[in-house]
Amino acid sequence: MTHYDIAVIGGGNAALCAAMTAAESGAKVLILETAPKAYRGGNSRHTRNFRCMHTGPLGPLVETYSEDEYFEDLLKVTKGKTNEALARLAIRTSEECLPWMQDHGVRFQPSLSGTLSLGRTNAFFMGGGKSLVNAYYRTADKLGVDVLYEAAVTHLELSENAVQWVDYTHEGKSHRITPKAVVVASGGFQADTDWLTRAWGPAAQNFLIRGTPYNRGIVLADLLEQGVSQVGDADQCHAVAIDGRAPKYDGGIVTRLDCVPFSIVVNKDAERFYDEGEDVWPKRYAIWGRLVAAQPDQVGHVVIDSKSIDLFMPSVFPPLKADTLEELAALMDIDGAKLKDTVETFNTACGDTSDFHPTELDGVATSGLSPAKTNWARPITDPPFYGYSLRTGVTFTYLGLKVDENAQCSTDTGPIKNLWAAGETMAGSILGQGYLAGYGMTIGTVFGRIAGREAAAYAN
Amino acid sequence: MQTDLIQEARRQAEICNACRYCEGYCSVFPALHANRAFTDGDITQLANLCHNCRGCYYACQYTAPHEFDLNLPAALAEVRRDSWESYAWPQPLARRFHTHGAAIVTALVVGFALLFAAIKMIGSAGGEGFYAALSHNAMVAIFAPAFLLPLASLGIGLRRYWHDVGGIGIRISHLTKAFGRAAKMKDLAAGHGDGCNFEDEDRFSQGRRHVHQAIMYGFLLCFASTSTATVMHYVFDMPAPYPLLSLPKLLGVVGGIILTLGCIGMIMLKRKSDPTLGDAKAWGGDMAFVALLGFVGFSGLALYALGASTAMPALLAIHLGAVLTFFLLTPFTKMAHGFYRLAALIRDAQRVS
Ligand SMILES: Cc1cc2nc3c(=O)[nH]c(=O)nc-3n(C[C@H](O)[C@H](O)[C@H](O)COP(=O)(O)OP(=O)(O)OC[C@H]3O[C@@H](n4cnc5c(N)ncnc54)[C@H](O)[C@@H]3O)c2cc1C
Ligand code: SF4
Ligand code: SF4
Repeated sequence: MTHYDIAVIGGGNAALCAAMTAAESGAKVLILETAPKAYRGGNSRHTRNFRCMHTGPLGPLVETYSEDEYFEDLLKVTKGKTNEALARLAIRTSEECLPWMQDHGVRFQPSLSGTLSLGRTNAFFMGGGKSLVNAYYRTADKLGVDVLYEAAVTHLELSENAVQWVDYTHEGKSHRITPKAVVVASGGFQADTDWLTRAWGPAAQNFLIRGTPYNRGIVLADLLEQGVSQVGDADQCHAVAIDGRAPKYDGGIVTRLDCVPFSIVVNKDAERFYDEGEDVWPKRYAIWGRLVAAQPDQVGHVVIDSKSIDLFMPSVFPPLKADTLEELAALMDIDGAKLKDTVETFNTACGDTSDFHPTELDGVATSGLSPAKTNWARPITDPPFYGYSLRTGVTFTYLGLKVDENAQCSTDTGPIKNLWAAGETMAGSILGQGYLAGYGMTIGTVFGRIAGREAAAYAN
Repeated sequence: MQTDLIQEARRQAEICNACRYCEGYCSVFPALHANRAFTDGDITQLANLCHNCRGCYYACQYTAPHEFDLNLPAALAEVRRDSWESYAWPQPLARRFHTHGAAIVTALVVGFALLFAAIKMIGSAGGEGFYAALSHNAMVAIFAPAFLLPLASLGIGLRRYWHDVGGIGIRISHLTKAFGRAAKMKDLAAGHGDGCNFEDEDRFSQGRRHVHQAIMYGFLLCFASTSTATVMHYVFDMPAPYPLLSLPKLLGVVGGIILTLGCIGMIMLKRKSDPTLGDAKAWGGDMAFVALLGFVGFSGLALYALGASTAMPALLAIHLGAVLTFFLLTPFTKMAHGFYRLAALIRDAQRVS
């Protein structure tokens, strides 16, 4: 059997960036990916873009996006819970990543229709994240990286601040390898509903997982149990409101619903619970994951009328449709009279709607209603009426391995000689809450490359 | 139209419309994303814009075993073939050849037989060269209708197509745009210019684009050869045979070589590709069609080479038999795609203008 210098655990963006970088420095690398080939690439296969600093036009990106602007955008969403040094390192390095990605097979495309606001800040992968992952696997293969699919890592033996061996199962058998260095890039733990339930309470049973079912935090838990330094809290996760009919796992981008700002949202008791028009949807969709999680049965129901049906990106599932609110309520399995009452109360609180503007904060608000709707408040009057159900969709978790600027892991007694971490599994080291679109791939690419470089330097 | 095929393509198109990750690959996606709901005509139009490069299959996070079971290249390929069959005229011939390679071979044998019989029964009226085997007038009597009837048939089919996809009056700008795109086969390079995912899973390559270009330009050169010969015959009173350094022969020899090689290349590529990402039912028909086209080119070259030998009359019958079959089957085989694709590009040019 080949002796490997480096074992990379995981098969997503961070793992591949680490593996390619290490192989380019001459190390013999093995990727252990727990998913079968058809599902390789973790959450990375669901992504669409990468947020990139640039001091001039770069690839598909127009104008400029400075380090400071990028960092301020990040601070706004994390409310200060940010490790500035690591965050700035990721931001600064992102600029050189884009050409590096192209050199390794990634192709970009102009900002997608419906996402024009991101054309300056986010570089979109042509074909999305799975095509990025495919390109990286091709390049890694050319560089001599070996890949084992359906290889689930179960344990890293840690003693004297070094990883002594790696255990994994493959084709029903257990294996043990002793690479010189290890890179952990196996994501968060969001696919382990039991773990989520321990952290969140029973509500988590009803959460949907937007990405891969394979990120179950097995390696993360194994390392934390052995005293590897941790960051973040287990009850912090990035969760958005998605179509309630989405599959339990891997529903990905198409389950997103952009209709909330033009709607009212009620819970299963047919009562409104939050200002649907607080801000433009991209800035609010993340809080709705938590809002819905706090409602009975963790479900929300969106109600719109025919005036608004064409104002948002279509979702993958057709809306429920009915000629009366009572009929719509029946389809939603909620109380019809109550819904009618809620809608009527809302409608009477609506005022002048002549300033309605779907893509801007238009100030068209309700008066005397609690909770208020502060923008896009138009009465829901024109049949047919449409409905969607909302559930909490978890994107990723924040609890992770604490790393330094070299992506190296440590324990209380100092750095672990031969262990590095990259991607979602260490993203908590940089941001403790909140999320900025496209930053996940930035972290994975930047720290994947650092981890690969450092691991190879150690192993060679 | 088979509603189940359209419905399946529509189901997938709605998923793509909520995703949009493949927007940059080809013309299908911008056209798709311009709609919220898809009529049967919209789906037909999308299907004819797709050239089965498979980029969107290998890039898709929702392919089987995922429950969304995306396979847009296959879904569109099936609708596409069904649309050609549904629009074809006369209908009794419509569903014979796309899915039945054996039917093409049978038609070819019949084509040979007809020409052998013609040579035997009509023969020469004392002409030179090939006309020593079959008189010029006899050739014209056979091939003028064999050329014009399929064109008329295609015209009927295209009219039906144009009606269903909601086409409007065509302007010069639509045509220049559409022909420009067809000439470069721009879409076959994919939005990033790296080509198709065809012969080796998700690896991008220009292979398919290049062999397809060889086939198209080879065919057009052969066609130009025949056309110049016709003009020389009728306008300048210069009947065949022509020397090697004449326009018809130069065009024909070069075109024949390119066409033959292109068809061989296409067959080799197709054999390496995954049939389930195309119209699996039409696999045999497509292969037989490419082989027939290649054979037209090859037999033409053989005829050039051996035109002065005693094998000439037999070779002539074989070549002309293949040409006859090819022409007559044009509306009912893969050959129709060239016309529908152009129509789809013109329609798409109307959408964006
Ligand atoms: C629907 C969706 C859309 C997103 N869109 C974007 C976007 O557009 N831009 C952006 O920047 N971010 C986006 N994100 C976030 C982004 O996906 C992550 O930040 C990023 O993919 C993390 O990369 P990673 O390599 O760390 O983890 P992953 O890509 O999840 O890879 C983890 C890998 O580890 C493997 N693994 C897990 N456990 C084991 C084990 N025990 N043994 C072996 N292997 C194991 C998994 O199979 C997987 O291959 C999105 C997330 C989701 C869910
Ligand atoms: S083929 Fe798949 S990845 Fe591409 S747009 Fe459609 S759903 Fe999205
Ligand atoms: S197969 Fe190619 S041409 Fe057809 S829709 Fe997909 S990307 Fe476009």
